[in-house]
Amino acid sequence: MTEYLSEADEHRAPAERAFRDDPKLAGGRIALFQYLALAVFLFLISGFWQLQVRNPEFYSERAERNSIKALPVLAPRGKILDRDGRVIVDNHSSFSLILSREHFKPEHVRLIAAGLNLDEAELSRRLYRFRSRPRYEPIIIKEELTPAEIAFVEAHRDPDGLPELELVHAHRRLYPQNSLAAHVIGYVGEVSEAELNSPEFIKYEPGDVIGKAGIERQYDEHLRGIDGQRQVLVDNLGRERKLIGFKEAIAGKNLQLTIDLDLQVVAELAMEGRKGAVVALDPRNGEVLAMVSRPAFDPNKFAGRIGSADWKELISNPDNPLLNRAIQAQLAPGSTFKPFVALAGLETGAIDENFQVRCPGGATFYGRYFRCWVKQGHGLVDLHKGLVQSCDVFFYNVGNRTGIDDIARYAELAGFGRKTGIDLPHEAEGVVPSSQWKMRQFRQKWYAGETISVAIGQGALTVTPLQLAYAVGGLAMGGVWYRPHLVKDHRPKEAPRVARISSDNASKIVYGMYGVVNEGGTGVRARLPGISVCGKTGSSQLASNEALKRAKLGLALKDNAWFVGFAPCESPEIVVAALYESGEHGYLAAPIVRDVIKAYFDKKSRIAAALVAQSRPRFGPELPAAPSAAQGAP
Amino acid sequence: MAHYRTIRDQDWPLLTIALAICAMGILQIYSATFGTAWSDAWWRQCLYVAAGLVLFWLVASLDYHTLLNQAPVYYWVSIAGLVAVLMLGKEVSGGRRWIPLIAGFHFQVSEFVKAVLILLVARHLADLKGERLETRDLLKLGALTALPAALVMKQPDLGTALSYLPILVMGIFLAGLSWRHLAVMALAGALALPVGWRLLKDYQKARLVTFLDPSRDPRGAGYQVIQSQIAVGAGGMWGKGVTRGSQTQLRFLPVPHTDFIFSAFAEEHGFVGVIVMLGLYFLLLMQVVQNAQMAPDRAGMYVAMGVAALLLFHLLINIGMVVGRMPVTGIPLPLMSYGGSSILSWFLMLGLVNNVRLRRFVN
Repeated sequence: MTEYLSEADEHRAPAERAFRDDPKLAGGRIALFQYLALAVFLFLISGFWQLQVRNPEFYSERAERNSIKALPVLAPRGKILDRDGRVIVDNHSSFSLILSREHFKPEHVRLIAAGLNLDEAELSRRLYRFRSRPRYEPIIIKEELTPAEIAFVEAHRDPDGLPELELVHAHRRLYPQNSLAAHVIGYVGEVSEAELNSPEFIKYEPGDVIGKAGIERQYDEHLRGIDGQRQVLVDNLGRERKLIGFKEAIAGKNLQLTIDLDLQVVAELAMEGRKGAVVALDPRNGEVLAMVSRPAFDPNKFAGRIGSADWKELISNPDNPLLNRAIQAQLAPGSTFKPFVALAGLETGAIDENFQVRCPGGATFYGRYFRCWVKQGHGLVDLHKGLVQSCDVFFYNVGNRTGIDDIARYAELAGFGRKTGIDLPHEAEGVVPSSQWKMRQFRQKWYAGETISVAIGQGALTVTPLQLAYAVGGLAMGGVWYRPHLVKDHRPKEAPRVARISSDNASKIVYGMYGVVNEGGTGVRARLPGISVCGKTGSSQLASNEALKRAKLGLALKDNAWFVGFAPCESPEIVVAALYESGEHGYLAAPIVRDVIKAYFDKKSRIAAALVAQSRPRFGPELPAAPSAAQGAP
Repeated sequence: MAHYRTIRDQDWPLLTIALAICAMGILQIYSATFGTAWSDAWWRQCLYVAAGLVLFWLVASLDYHTLLNQAPVYYWVSIAGLVAVLMLGKEVSGGRRWIPLIAGFHFQVSEFVKAVLILLVARHLADLKGERLETRDLLKLGALTALPAALVMKQPDLGTALSYLPILVMGIFLAGLSWRHLAVMALAGALALPVGWRLLKDYQKARLVTFLDPSRDPRGAGYQVIQSQIAVGAGGMWGKGVTRGSQTQLRFLPVPHTDFIFSAFAEEHGFVGVIVMLGLYFLLLMQVVQNAQMAPDRAGMYVAMGVAALLLFHLLINIGMVVGRMPVTGIPLPLMSYGGSSILSWFLMLGLVNNVRLRRFVN
């Protein structure tokens, strides 16, 4: 104790110490400090009160939104198979990039666009489109990331990088190469803003990938699955810490088409480098065996989000590759319409089998001269010869006798002038002119002279390739029309449309069409040894306004070539219509049809032979050889 | 005599409260670093607290008058230390604050400067002859405080530099300040503001601006404030439980074991826990103040009140920052935040307070 005192004394004068060292002097100020401390503590407590007691829900919710991330689990679409179960459209695994707008900084657009090879303006537009959506909803900004792009995303995971980017596993559509069946299948794409505004798309949300055309669109609901969701707990770096909720994605269902890939390929090859369409139907049930439209597009370019450059090229192409000519090209059928004029004539009694006309190479009706396609004329022509040689003069007379309204009635009976009802979107109707139609359309009377053109499939008459195959198929069946369809397990149970036409009349026309191919007619090129192919050629002039347009574009004014054929003659199993635009002569379209029909019967006998080969050892005694598909001439 | 002093006269309430706060801190460090690379921090903190206790008794065994006499030496050693930090300090996230020691430990000189400044201010003020402070004394004390503060700001560590100020202010306040001086100081402060603003680093300016409006930059400087408020608010009345706070556990909260430890605590223990914790701090503060009131002389009172002022300042700045009522300055919460230098320096200062108490019957 003394030690302390002496120590203190060393540096202080004792007299002063008594005064200065009285700590009580500052007592008031210390009390003031205590009040200050109390005030500070109350200030702090009020801060906690505000946050923790007044509205903790607000902050709990924000804490949750911080840490709980909902990521979509994208459902794969169903595969599309051909009639034998072969895969036409598959999916493949890929990574899509999601942008979470909660963490998004607008100044990152440039960096993101650069790192992911995106167009900056397009990305900004895309973000703008989603402005009205809740911010926690992530949006897909790119699909099919390359390894370099994935590395870019991974490298920017930290909070100072691009934490708004997130990779998700996706299933991307893989379409066949070389545009195989492109128009039938269609393509998928992101639902557009315009579509979202229409009631048809009410159930979709921005960013959804939907079927845009063809089967993909028609059967979108069947093919599309239901996206699942993964709720994960993420840390501040966006790393997943824990899975807290999982809703499995429900995969879309597979879809089996009636398309036969073997026939489809043959039809595609036959149309290679040409413009036009091929449709092959089974007239016994309406199944579409093949459908080709050329020029085609590559649906793989659409499978994700198509680049605007590709899109512009597609829609500015004058040949319009997006058009499915098989169901959307509406052109004059030319001479392929003659069988129906004949049918109308026979059924109404305007002509009979003994009706004959002398063809000098042309004839005058109502003051105007109409030429036959053969200048020197066909001589004496009856119905059979008229069909076989496709004599125009003969049909001018038939048409003139029958009258436009009866021609129209039978054309409509055969399915022209309205949709066949195939399960594809945007089917065209074509036009079957009649006096009523003209009055309705132009408020004008029908002139009898117009009938003469319609009698050879010209004039205002337009049909689609599908309608032609459908009509001829039903006629070959004796007046039984099955609605064309593309999907096997969705086969309509509906009954066929049956027309009461005389089977005698029908077989006369069929016989005529047999002659076209097998008796040196206009369709000899469709002839197949051992198979009774029937058919009808046609070459149609372009409609006058179309002709004008083409003349302006400096394109050759070539006729469109048609051929429609079926086989076997008396019990048809396949009917094929081919349109070869600017193909000039119908006989040039005939080989296309021949190839498809040949492929059909080749396959049939191959299967039969395989069946026989299989069953032989099992049943011991030799079975008779496979019945030949070709039944010979009638 | 010495025995009597060391066992019964020790400030047991002070030590108990301090250790209770440390215990809560260790629990929170454990929770906040659970499953991270820092997961052994709670154990290291235990060691620091143990070392702190040793320091507490070491300081108590010396007479604080001896320490006061040696204060100038400590001061110049500290200044030398701060200069050394600037020259060969270890750079961590944009600042040089630590001097590497053996075995991976680092020594933060600026933390210990606080105790030295308390001693120095107490010594100078206790030596004053007159009843009121002279301008000369004021300028001298101001310069003595400004020198280390400037060196610390250069690190740059604005928070710690600012924390030297309350020591000086408290001393001047207790010593008695004339209105004239107060007016001059207020004027000087107002004039210094724009100059000070220009001296601040960009990130420090951003922090201040953000403090005024955190939503201006929710991903940048405002991020910490917003995340801290979310954490506190999400804690609600009862808290989410130890290791259950999503803001803390998922790292949305910045540095949840050091500067923002009280956010983490508030999230996991709720308003009730906060009240308990603030109550402990209040008791600790009042215990320090009581020791000042019972000090045997002015020097002892200045020492204890310096510690009290520093403690209150730290609580205000750190916890105020946690609830978004103070700018983000990055100063640790006394006795709770993880960090050896901070813990040791606080036990050193509490040891000084205890030392003052031990000498109260001497007169």
